[in-house]
Amino acid sequence: MFDALSTRLQSVFASLRREGRLTPELVETALKEIRLALLEADVNVKVVKAFIDRVRDRALDEEVLKSLSPSQHVVKAVRDELLALFGETKGGLVPGNRSPRVVLMLGLQGSGKTTTSGKLGAWLAKQGKHPLLVSTDVRRPAAIAQLAVLGEKASLPVFDPAGNLDPVSRAAGALVEARSKGFDTLIVDTAGRLHIDDELMKELAAIKAAVQPSDLLYVADSMTGQDAVRSAGEFHGQIGVTGVVLTKLDGDARGGAALSVVSVVGVPIAFVGSGERMEDIELFHPDRIVSRLLGMGDVLSLIEKAEQVIDQDDAADLEDKLRRNAFTLEDFAKQLKMVKRLGPLENILGMIPGMGQMKDAAAQKPDEKQLGRVEAIISSMTAQERRNHTLINGSRRKRIASGSGTSVEDVNRLLKQFVEMQRVMRMMGQGGLPAMARGGMKMPPMSAGGAGLPGRKRKKGGPWGLIKSR
Amino acid sequence: MGLFDRLKQGLSRTTQTLVSRFGDLVRRADDAADGALDTDTAESLEEMLIAADVGVAASRVVVDAVRHGGAGGLRDRVKRELLRMFEVAAAAHPPVTGPSPRVVLVVGVNGVGKTTTLGKLAATLKASGHAPMVCAADTFRAAAVEQLEIWAHRAGVEIVRAAHGADPASVVFDAITSGRAKGCDPILVDTAGRLHTRVNLMHELEKMRRVAGRAMAGAPHEVLLVLDATVGQNGLVQAREFLGVAGVTGIVLTKLDGTAKGGIAVAIAHDLKLPIRYVGIGEGIDDLIPFDPAAYVDALFEAA
Repeated sequence: MFDALSTRLQSVFASLRREGRLTPELVETALKEIRLALLEADVNVKVVKAFIDRVRDRALDEEVLKSLSPSQHVVKAVRDELLALFGETKGGLVPGNRSPRVVLMLGLQGSGKTTTSGKLGAWLAKQGKHPLLVSTDVRRPAAIAQLAVLGEKASLPVFDPAGNLDPVSRAAGALVEARSKGFDTLIVDTAGRLHIDDELMKELAAIKAAVQPSDLLYVADSMTGQDAVRSAGEFHGQIGVTGVVLTKLDGDARGGAALSVVSVVGVPIAFVGSGERMEDIELFHPDRIVSRLLGMGDVLSLIEKAEQVIDQDDAADLEDKLRRNAFTLEDFAKQLKMVKRLGPLENILGMIPGMGQMKDAAAQKPDEKQLGRVEAIISSMTAQERRNHTLINGSRRKRIASGSGTSVEDVNRLLKQFVEMQRVMRMMGQGGLPAMARGGMKMPPMSAGGAGLPGRKRKKGGPWGLIKSR
Repeated sequence: MGLFDRLKQGLSRTTQTLVSRFGDLVRRADDAADGALDTDTAESLEEMLIAADVGVAASRVVVDAVRHGGAGGLRDRVKRELLRMFEVAAAAHPPVTGPSPRVVLVVGVNGVGKTTTLGKLAATLKASGHAPMVCAADTFRAAAVEQLEIWAHRAGVEIVRAAHGADPASVVFDAITSGRAKGCDPILVDTAGRLHTRVNLMHELEKMRRVAGRAMAGAPHEVLLVLDATVGQNGLVQAREFLGVAGVTGIVLTKLDGTAKGGIAVAIAHDLKLPIRYVGIGEGIDDLIPFDPAAYVDALFEAA
């Protein structure tokens, strides 16, 4: 997420750090690089200009030039100004208890409104809400069907009066339905439209009038360019927007449009979408994003994510086993499942400080397939073998390999690495567990050394210990 | 209404702001005796191009090409430079003729308008006397197959579809086999939207290519990358990745009827030598037209 921008900014800072003293010329050179980085990240031209001017003012301050760690001051100036750009507000829906709360999704074609409607419904359901979904998109072929499928996937009720092709009455009917059946939230998906399409903007205004939404979420594609500010501004001016949902952040788009929309239109980012699964939606935290941009990692989000998917009982059980030195292949398979639930590995890596740049080392990229292979090998073992790996002799290895569709070498490698891991675990168990392992996450040997610091070489086999590229 | 007028109408909103700013620049530049640009004017021109999503690198090339003056006013010089970039790209990837049926793969990231483009393309081809077949190989997105079915019905063309979640490569194989048997030409394959950073999905695309080649030697003959005109600098990254994996031969620029200018197409033409084949300028079934560089550049810089 935002990788390319953060990589560029980090290299600017690194070169600043090499210099002992800051001169106005040096600041100019750095600013030029920052300007380029921001422009290539699709930050609006005007926003970039104002941003650079403000950072320059602060960086060229007498005090800063005289100080001992000038580059730190510049980093701080950039960080503060970035935060100012993103807005200090935390994401989410607007505060309020109205029931049913009505959320209207709006935006251009293809920004991801329908998918986001489904994800938002799933997110709300997880918060203990009871959302009802309705599509008012009678234009795009099969849009209504798409929302119905998404609703089914997430086990969410979708209101669909068959044959009714009037967007306003579909929305109004859903509101009546929500009231009478006791749903506390109504999510209204709308057809994608251009902000200059007067007729469709009028239709949107009519839908708004009919359902009186408290939340109007503008769904924006993180890959958009310079035009984002204008289209978001038009939607805000004509209809009113309370928050932005930034989608497709799992790509390598630099998301500069996000910065610009917040600062120019003055609407906070409410949620970000970053994947194809229903649970790939998160609240937006400006401070975390800025930290991530500057390469400081986003451990908070990672911990939250881990808390969501990790079963507390399992974690306690594991801790106990570690203490008793009874960690088996069975436990290991359980852990693998937990890690998988965290989502795609490359997304997780981006949240670990210093790992942002390493993500690019393609050869080292942890492969979901490798994880699958390890799982397959373990599931091909008998329960006894899983509990006591020393049982596994040559002929058993052969059987396991053919059962899991792998080779004997794969099985050997897994066992060898498992023994190594047991050793590390034993050490950790004796010396008290670092926080990560207590949460049930297995990340030797990195977590043992204090969560992968920048510049630290990774051991062969990747941070996941067991994953080895073939 | 001619193609030129349609494009101009589609681009008219785009044009309004660009023209007023450009007019100002032109006056400043043409006031100078030799037509050379001073630093301020050059910088404004660069910023204007960046604001149109042309990107820093390609914008600099344009500015450098025109800053020292030359024949004609600034407007003509900029147009000439842009046209030159498009011409180089077009020469690098001439349209494919010959094989029958022609197999065309339509690829791109999520939400750019692949399915819509395919529907419009099928309708256009049908109207000009071809017998296209569409293949619904997006077996991932909810209701994508249904969406294409509706388009196929509207256009009155054959469709090969598979169940949701089926292997897309096998659908492509079926489509080519059945298309050849029925004498359909071309065969237009709709693929699932995929972010170019998703390694597994990009591998899937590679496999579709391979399997298509097995069903018919030389297939796919064309691979069209669909780009949303609102896309920023990431468009260039997308084009580079899809070019590497899927062997893209041309670009379709959609949603040009908004206020976005699709300037990234210039960067792509310059950097990757990929030409634009079609532009989408509306939601109607006939709102996909062949790209005409001269008309595009003219429409970009002339008041409607």
